[in-house]
Parts: sequence; C-alpha cells; structure tokens
Amino acid sequence: MVIEKTYGELCVTCNEQGYLTDLNQWTKEVGTEIAKEEGIEMTDKHWEVVNYLQDQCRKEVPLSIRKVGKSGVVSIKEFYQLFPKGPLKISSRIAGIPKPVSCI
Amino acid sequence: MKELLILGAGTSGTMMANHLRKALPKKEWNLTIVDQEETHYYQPGFLFLPFDLYKSKDVKKKIEKFIPKGVHLIQEKIDRIDKDNDIVVLKNKDLLKYDILIIATGTNIAPQEIEGMLGEHWHKSVFDFYTYEGAKNLRNKLRTWEGGKLVVHISEMPIKCPVAPLEFAFLADSYFINKGMRDKVDITFVTPMSGAFTKPKATEALEYLLEQKNIKVIPDFNIEHVDGENKKIVDYAEEEVEYDLLVTVPTNMGDDMIERSGFGDELNYVPTDKNTLQTTVKDNIFAIGDATNLPASKAGSVAHFEAEILTENIKRYIEGKELKKEFDGHSNCFIETGHGKALLIDFNYTQEPVKGTFPFPGVGPLSLLKETHMNHMGKLAFKWIYWNMLIKGKHIPFVSAKMDTAGKQIKETIN
Repeated sequence: MVIEKTYGELCVTCNEQGYLTDLNQWTKEVGTEIAKEEGIEMTDKHWEVVNYLQDQCRKEVPLSIRKVGKSGVVSIKEFYQLFPKGPLKISSRIAGIPKPVSCI
Repeated sequence: MKELLILGAGTSGTMMANHLRKALPKKEWNLTIVDQEETHYYQPGFLFLPFDLYKSKDVKKKIEKFIPKGVHLIQEKIDRIDKDNDIVVLKNKDLLKYDILIIATGTNIAPQEIEGMLGEHWHKSVFDFYTYEGAKNLRNKLRTWEGGKLVVHISEMPIKCPVAPLEFAFLADSYFINKGMRDKVDITFVTPMSGAFTKPKATEALEYLLEQKNIKVIPDFNIEHVDGENKKIVDYAEEEVEYDLLVTVPTNMGDDMIERSGFGDELNYVPTDKNTLQTTVKDNIFAIGDATNLPASKAGSVAHFEAEILTENIKRYIEGKELKKEFDGHSNCFIETGHGKALLIDFNYTQEPVKGTFPFPGVGPLSLLKETHMNHMGKLAFKWIYWNMLIKGKHIPFVSAKMDTAGKQIKETIN
C-alpha cells in the first residue's frame, strides 16, 4: 500500500512503514522532517552518512552496518551515536532509500 | 581444446558441471572442477541434524559421485585467481589455465569476525549450525541439555538462507515439547533486522507463529561481542542478552581465496551483474550462488535458478552473442514451522512473498505463505530431489527459472 505524505511544501509517496518509495522525490527538507519524526536533529555528520547511503543505493550495493562501518564515513560506534537504536533502519528512512529487509 | 574451469563443487559448481557437460561439445571444451573437500553436504539438512530428525548419512555423500563423466575433478585447495593471465594457482603450486572461469566457492561462517565468539565455549555453550561439525555437536549437546535460556541469534546480514535461524527456533519449540521439557526452556530470537519478519505480507501472515510458540524476539540487535565467561551477548548500543545455550549464525563471508585474488567486497563476495551473472572483474569470469554479491538470498534454490540462466549465458558468451539479462532473483523455499508443518515462499528481487498456490495456479498442491502439512512433506521430499535431480542438473518439472506471478495474490508491492 502506498501512502501520500506531506513534508513541508512537498508531497511524497511512502510505504506503510514510512519509507519513501522513490528516491527521486527526496529533498533535504524531506530528510530533515523525517529525522524530526525519528527524534533526530541533523548535523553535517548525519548528512554525510545519508549521502553515502543514497550513493550506495543508486549503485544497487546492498547495505549493512559493517559496510557503513568500513566506509570511512563513520565507525559503527559513531553510527550508533548519530542514529541510536537501529541506525541503519533509521538512517535509511531519513535518506529516502528502502528499509533493509530479509526475504520474509 | 578450450578450457572451462569451475571453482567449487558444492551445490552451484556441481550443477554447472552437469549442465555444461551436456551443453558444450566434448571435442572443443575440456571441463575441470576444483574443490578441496571430499564430501558434498546437503546443507538444508543441517537444520534437522541438531534435532535428531536427520542422521549424518542423510546430509553427506562423496563429491565425486555427482561429477559427470567427462569432467575432470581436482581435489586440492585453491590459492588464488590470476585474472590478468587467466590462470588459477592451486595450493600445490599447480597452474590451471582457463578460457572461461566460473566461481562457485560459496560462503563460510566467520565466527572470528565477532570478538569473543570463538574460545573455550565454542561448541560447548556457543554453537553454529551452518557447518556439519556445528550441527552435529549441537545435536550431542541438545540430547543431554537440561534446559535454560536458549538464544537463537543472527550476527549480521547477509547470511546463507536467511530464514534458517527462525526455522531453528520453531523446531526447537517442537523438539522441547516432544521431550516434555518446553516449560524448562526460554526461547529468544535475536536479530539485527527490525523483526523476525521484515516484509509486510509475511509479517501480516506469520507474526502469530511467534506468539503461538512463545518465542520472544529482540530486534535491531547488532552484536559487538560475546562475553563467554558471563554467558551474554552485547550489542553496539550496550544492550545485553543472557544465554545458557547460544545458537548463533556468525558473520558469513565468501572464500579467503577471493581476497587473495585481489577482488571481492568487504565480505569477500564477488561483484557480479545481478541479471547476467557475469562478474565485473573480467568478461571471461562468471560467478554463481552464494559466492556472488547479488542482492538475492544466499540459498541453493537461488543457485538452482541461476544455473539455468548461467548455462545459457556461457553458451552465448562462447558464440559472441549478447548475454541475456534474465535472472530476476527468483527464490523458492520451504520454511519448517515445527509439528509436521511448513510454509512455502516464492519471490524475486522485486516481488515480496505473498499468499497463493504453487506450482499450479489455483490448484497447488502447495500453499504459499501458509502453514500446511503438505508443505512439510514437500520439504522432506526435497532431499530426494536435491540428491537425484537438482545437483545433477535435471529440470524440476513445472518450476521455471523466472518467477511466475500466476497463482499469487499480488496487489501492490513495495519493498
């Protein structure tokens, strides 16, 4: 099921779990608003991680906590500090990319 | 004569040897396959071994039994691939020159990647069941275990067969009920994902199973280390889970040989085109199964569907034709839920598992995303299919390499 959500001036489509269905609809404003819903105030370091995730997603590279930890952008510890409790899940939502999933 | 070389004689490599010996003329192509092991394991059986549902002989056979005539089998360790010179170097220093190379060296557990996972407690109170030794040692442990906190745990994704740990938890519930000691065992499922189920339709259809079987789920747990002395696992957010018996799926990694060869990602998986199965390493190198970095399940079923498409693409490559971009990530797996029942799921890169019937639309006899006894019979029958049809490269009737949408309740799917 697709849900339409308005963030600031922009209307975007999300899935039931609040993840954007089309990365092309993403703007920094949308990211900022989603971050607020997650209780996160974005800093330059947060954006650096978000940009890295989007870049990997466009290249169709599957993401994992380890991958982010080895990216040179942040260590796993820092990743947790930036996006506490489920960092990949939360940062993916802010970045407008699909939620990391298993096969079921 | 031209040389086609396959590295690895597991599920993928053996299937490719069988397919290609039929597809390529013997007068033009020599086929060689290399593996360091002498035993071919039926890896889906590792799930049943700990619960005494399968015996050792059900999961082990000689590799050579499944390599067809006309394919040369070399049992030796592989040192590395020299891609610039089209040569594979073996550990005994022998050099194998190839025109076409297929990498099928699979995935191994890498418990050394998690601090404290290996140690005196390994295979005493901390077990894996993704290896024959792990599954057998765990069986011996379970036979005499008196109960306590059983923690079933996934270290990090991706892993070979992502649902096997959940099946393990379901079968453990059944096993301890049958032994009359379920009240003495707490079962907790600990996962780095957002839940035991992560996709909307599966969550909706299957969430009840966890409650019914009294399995507690701890999601979003990314392990940092194992504290073997105090019997607990600790994650990066400093959350702790105590265990008496830890059944873990360690980090999964591709073969070290990939790293020695100078390519592969941070987990030693080979960068591979997800639709053609040609690697991005070099045009004459292809990869199949769980050795690849494909965003599909690292399961034998995926390898089976890949094998049909890879065979076609090898023929096209030899003829100088454009490769078919046909592989759609098709996967099809039975999921044991205990008490003689199982689920069946059928999905691909973009289509999540949904309800329906399989393989005949509207008829079945198997039901998708629903617990039935018939599905369990299907899973048991699969062992025979594996040894007698699948790895020998015989086509399984009515099941196509590309996923079929008929018979599935598909509305709108967002992954």
